[in-house]
Amino acid sequence: MAVIVYIESENGSPKKAGLEVASYGRAIADAKGLPLVGVGFNVTQREDLNAYGVDTFYNMDTLGEVNFDVNRYSEAIAQVVEKEKASTVVVSSTSNGRYLGPIVAIKTNAAYLSNVVALPTTYEPVQVKRTCFTNKAFNETQSTKERTVLSLSSNSFGLHKKQSTVTFMDGTYPSLSSTLQVKSVEKVTDKVSIADADIVVSGGRGLKGPENWHLIEDLAEVLGAATACSKPVSDMGWRPHSEHVGQTGKPVASNLYIAIGVSGAIQHLAGINASKVKVVINTDPEAPFFKAADYGIVGDAFEVVPKLTEKLKARTQ
Amino acid sequence: MTPCHFFIYIRIKLDIMNILVCISNVPDTTSKINFKEGNIAFDTQGVQFIINPNDEFGLTRAIWLQQKEGAKVTVVTVGDPSCEPILRKCLAIGADQALRIDLQPQDGFEVAAQLAAICKKEHFDLIITGRESIDYNGGMVGGMLATLMDMPYVANCIQLDIASNEVGVQREIDGGKEVLNAKLPLVIGAQKGLVEEKDLIIPNMRGIMQARQKPLDVISPEEISPASKVLTFEKPSEKGPVKLVDADDIDGLIDLLENEAKVL
Repeated sequence: MAVIVYIESENGSPKKAGLEVASYGRAIADAKGLPLVGVGFNVTQREDLNAYGVDTFYNMDTLGEVNFDVNRYSEAIAQVVEKEKASTVVVSSTSNGRYLGPIVAIKTNAAYLSNVVALPTTYEPVQVKRTCFTNKAFNETQSTKERTVLSLSSNSFGLHKKQSTVTFMDGTYPSLSSTLQVKSVEKVTDKVSIADADIVVSGGRGLKGPENWHLIEDLAEVLGAATACSKPVSDMGWRPHSEHVGQTGKPVASNLYIAIGVSGAIQHLAGINASKVKVVINTDPEAPFFKAADYGIVGDAFEVVPKLTEKLKARTQ
Repeated sequence: MTPCHFFIYIRIKLDIMNILVCISNVPDTTSKINFKEGNIAFDTQGVQFIINPNDEFGLTRAIWLQQKEGAKVTVVTVGDPSCEPILRKCLAIGADQALRIDLQPQDGFEVAAQLAAICKKEHFDLIITGRESIDYNGGMVGGMLATLMDMPYVANCIQLDIASNEVGVQREIDGGKEVLNAKLPLVIGAQKGLVEEKDLIIPNMRGIMQARQKPLDVISPEEISPASKVLTFEKPSEKGPVKLVDADDIDGLIDLLENEAKVL
């Protein structure tokens, strides 16, 4: 028996989402008195695994295959779940975590609960709090299976260190043939992604046109933030779809969300509601965003934002 | 080309591509969310139901394949009779036939398993689900259905190009996209990008009239147990009022973010 966590990594080191899942898994393992077993691919850095309480780690060497392979990854995780007779499995809510979760659940005859935002309130059966209606509400869901795969919402549990001494096990990367083959991966490398960002700076129609986006980009740069936009902005083609946040766009769960010239339509607010602190800058004091925000400035973005950028720049220097 | 390949080639060429689009009936994106009966059920009072937006992107892509390649498009939902208006809308948009599996599902697994039962009876070359529904946001039906059918699944699908049975697909990932090669049969999780918002088809009068004549079959559900059940709902606690900072007091804002909110 064990609690299994899938720890995502990049260049051999666990990613933040992976360590949050490890923190969460550790808390469950402690509550149940079980060891915490991690599964990952091409992980070489052990310090973080020790620092976040992983007892055993199955490291799958993909033998030079660099691309994510949903079939082989899900099979590898499923094999460890079966081997360890685990009743609780945790994945992150990154695009790959949410991709793998339901597939692993079917392969291991488990229930799958996504958008989990807290530790289970009971373990037999597993009962847990999740968001629903795109962050407009929560529900308590009970698993009716003996095994449950949980997908933890990003930034909902946080990072909690706990020292351990990890035992590395060489896992076997399953050889599965599939008609699905990754040809290439195109990443915007010079920018923080919305999923990974602690801070997100977002622009709306109030910016009047794509030519003014340097306001957003400059502020984002000084904060090390990701850039985002409202739906009308992406629909008008001012910004790419990949930046659209909201109900039909990307969800945001950053520590700080700064909305500039965004009125705050209900669909937009739903998508960004999981962010911890929200700041709005808008000329219209009646904009709905002011009701959802923690801090606000009623003012012209064209005046306020450059000043904010300058002050923050001066502060970091 | 071996004889076997040639046979497949002929089959794909001659046969009509059979597409299944899985539809979820969800509250309109502007809906106020309330619960009833002591917070154990969603209050549908005054709520307008729509085709789940991610499903509608997928349906639109399917209709393009129907218009260009002559594909046959079937839409299916798992739900009670209150779901029929959105199925009629799918038919008005251009789907050829609709199926309703007569069951109020408890969870995403139950939906996936009911859909798998349909897909085992009739072969579909392409199965389209939405990335997730905007009510329960489970994001599980596509991956579960594909795994139950032993078919490959592409989540967060933002491009789909079909030439014979060679398929080019793209998946949105955190901070970029993945370009993949696939073959039919295939399951995809549709989202914005697969088609654009402006591409969505608004049914015209002819479509609406034709939809009335198109088949909408009600199917009895299989006996399948859900894997989970929702016990209670809860609305987020009311947050305090916004703290307004004067537009000239940028230092004040930075101070609040740094020392009060502790996010800088």
